[in-house]
Amino acid sequence: MKKYALIIAALLAVAMLISGCGGGEQVTEEGMVVRYNVGTEPETLDPALMTGIPESTMLLQMYEGLTRLDADNNPQAAIAESWDVSEDGTEFTFHLREDVKWSNGDPITAHDFVFAWKRALDPELAGDYAYMLYLVEGAEAYNSGEGSVDDIAVTAEDDHTLKVKLVAGAPYFISLTAFPTYYPLHQATVEADNEGWALSVDTMVTNGPFKPVKWAEGTMEYVPNENYWDAGAVQIDRLVFTMVEDESTELTMFETGAIEMTHTLPGPEIPRLKTERPDELHIFPYLGTYYYIFNCEKAPLDDVNVRKALALAIDRQAIVENVTQGGQLPAYAFVPPGIADVAEGSDFREVGGEYITEDIAEAKRLLAEAGYPDGVGFPGFEILHNTSEMHKMIAEAILEMWEQNLGITGITITNQEWGVYLASRDEGAFDVARAGWIGDYVEPNTFLDMWVTGGGNNNSFWGDARYDQIISDLLLISDPAERLPLMHEAEDILMEAMPIMPIYYYTLPSLVSTKLKGYVQLTIGGVDFKNAYLAE
Amino acid sequence: MLNYLLRRFFSVILALWIVVTVTFVFMHIIPGGPFQREKALPPAIKANIEARYKLDQPLHAQYLDYLGHLVRGDLGPSFKYRGRSVNDIIKERFPVSAQLGATAILIALLVGVPAGILAALKQNKIPDYAVMFFSTIGIAMPSFVVGTTLMYFLAYKWGLLPAAMWGSYKHMIMPAIALAGLPMAFIARLTRSSMLDVLNQDYMKTAVAKGLPQMRVLWVHGVKNALIPVITYLGPLVAGVLTGSFIVENIFAVPGLGKHFVTSIYNRDYTVILGVTIFYCVLLILANLLVDLAYTLIDPRIKLGGRKELV
Repeated sequence: MKKYALIIAALLAVAMLISGCGGGEQVTEEGMVVRYNVGTEPETLDPALMTGIPESTMLLQMYEGLTRLDADNNPQAAIAESWDVSEDGTEFTFHLREDVKWSNGDPITAHDFVFAWKRALDPELAGDYAYMLYLVEGAEAYNSGEGSVDDIAVTAEDDHTLKVKLVAGAPYFISLTAFPTYYPLHQATVEADNEGWALSVDTMVTNGPFKPVKWAEGTMEYVPNENYWDAGAVQIDRLVFTMVEDESTELTMFETGAIEMTHTLPGPEIPRLKTERPDELHIFPYLGTYYYIFNCEKAPLDDVNVRKALALAIDRQAIVENVTQGGQLPAYAFVPPGIADVAEGSDFREVGGEYITEDIAEAKRLLAEAGYPDGVGFPGFEILHNTSEMHKMIAEAILEMWEQNLGITGITITNQEWGVYLASRDEGAFDVARAGWIGDYVEPNTFLDMWVTGGGNNNSFWGDARYDQIISDLLLISDPAERLPLMHEAEDILMEAMPIMPIYYYTLPSLVSTKLKGYVQLTIGGVDFKNAYLAE
Repeated sequence: MLNYLLRRFFSVILALWIVVTVTFVFMHIIPGGPFQREKALPPAIKANIEARYKLDQPLHAQYLDYLGHLVRGDLGPSFKYRGRSVNDIIKERFPVSAQLGATAILIALLVGVPAGILAALKQNKIPDYAVMFFSTIGIAMPSFVVGTTLMYFLAYKWGLLPAAMWGSYKHMIMPAIALAGLPMAFIARLTRSSMLDVLNQDYMKTAVAKGLPQMRVLWVHGVKNALIPVITYLGPLVAGVLTGSFIVENIFAVPGLGKHFVTSIYNRDYTVILGVTIFYCVLLILANLLVDLAYTLIDPRIKLGGRKELV
């Protein structure tokens, strides 16, 4: 015993000796250091291949497209100083800044954009997000192996003028040019090692506010890029991204002063943090909706009255307050708030209003109309979710509400591992399935075009001819004053048929040091540290 | 001897082939694929990706292609970590897990063996009860409980150590202890019971009767023999601990290999699933071979002829 105790004591003593002071190191000799947990090891740092939010966040610090999004999601002039749009909204001419340089000092030219876009569309490179460029004429054909690379309508008129022709006038195209797939690339570097150049900080030539200097041991470190055109705006001396996946560990790191900002928070901790760290806790808006999909090909869910009854019979406020607890907003429609409508300062959600009015009496009436008065004879169904404690708790709460409020029985809950769950959803091997959708860009259509008949993401197997017509019309209309009313009409149709049941709008709960200022948390995910600084 | 090694070599190849084949079949049986996303990919893009990674070919062609690369030591490209090969991933991450694992094994041995000996020598006395008590806890308590408890006190409460991440020896202390807990307890129990066994052997009494010093009998005759079960256990332990633990690496954000054993399956990252499985098997086989060699060094019944000093 003595020996055992001695060894433990010795180990502890050693631990104390070598640890010196704890985690809360103020790294002063290096200047202003900001540490953010980006949440995971990036899958790739090649802008043409990236897909996730951690990757886009890491790229955002070190690259810049023609535009850069501001705090309100509005694209601001970046590498492009200005642009002209043709009458019909399909031809764009970007005027690049004259003095822009790569991190190695080479000038950034319009040719770098042409090179990067064509590379991203190369079917052999096989990037997931190549379709982000499909708006450009000839892009889809080339990427599908049908057209020629020379027919892609992006050309460098001279070193500082980039011309793009679109298949249709999309007003959100300017926003898209801030997206990683649209970043320019340093041609010589990429061509030297097409597959491997983005794997090491030594071979990454970048053009954003920061440049990477170290990528090892689960961290990425950046220093300011002195060749950045707006280098004067950058105040941080060193930006450190940690790649910690466990949310509790991330929280402990924040609470021990090892990071200035978290990328998320464990839900159950939020009530404690609300009282203990009210100044540091932020619930950022996030452009996404958590919802249930009804399999409209299966009885009893093929009956619109059953779907509506189910959607009306749950208490969303109770779910966000008692189950998810992360400041989520109850969703009474599908398109989340935070997207501009036609009028200056208006919001699509406010203009569109709420579609679902929770009403148990009405729900019962609809259920009776469907042939199940007071739930009698209701055949039941199964709720499918991917394995996660949170999804399970939400499903249990909803099941109880349905049973109590509608008197129906025979509902079961089942969970599947992520890949199996996705396969079940795709194949329609479910009755009701949990799902979530985060917008790709800030326009309602990113939530609407997915529900066209037979669409790859339309796992409800619902379809409506007028709806399909609207979505295809939108491709040809660029005037927001015409587009937005059509999108409202589409949402009307969607919510009238209720192939999906919105539950809540996502939020991004996060802890941010009260000293950290000037950062921009984007509603489509990601944080921009270009203008961030630490205040005393 | 050569004959033995040759036979062993062929059985290893056979075992690896079976492992590869069974893993290959099973991972293709589970639904879903590496490029199944919540946001469905346009068909043209999915086709591009599948063509690129040869997933559009018939399964038997993929299997033969994989084996062809495997015999050349090429584990293929990862599907998730684009641009990286599985060889790169193992090369980058295994040293981290191995460093952490080796430290943990060292702690487990340095604490577990003496504790077991002590318990055996003081059988049914307080030290014995204490060792048994702690080792029961050590076996019963999962590593994530040990890990989070350590983190709560050493990092959060007292600020002695960094909560997580990797880079200095400070980062290694908590995960190494969390990882060492179970094997330490197991080794203590193993040592105790085999030591008790050995203590009752006739040759121990003979050695004492011959007038050899007590301590010498204990260490040379007793402990050396008592360690045989511990060494047997070390084989799989070394292979398991050196390749990393998903749970401990996750809690302490250690950039090791352990994560890939689990996430590669979630991601249906076929080449990584196969790669890390093969790597683990090779390590296990090597560790067991070393254990077999160690037996011959430690077991007196094999080396009787050479023990002149005992006569």
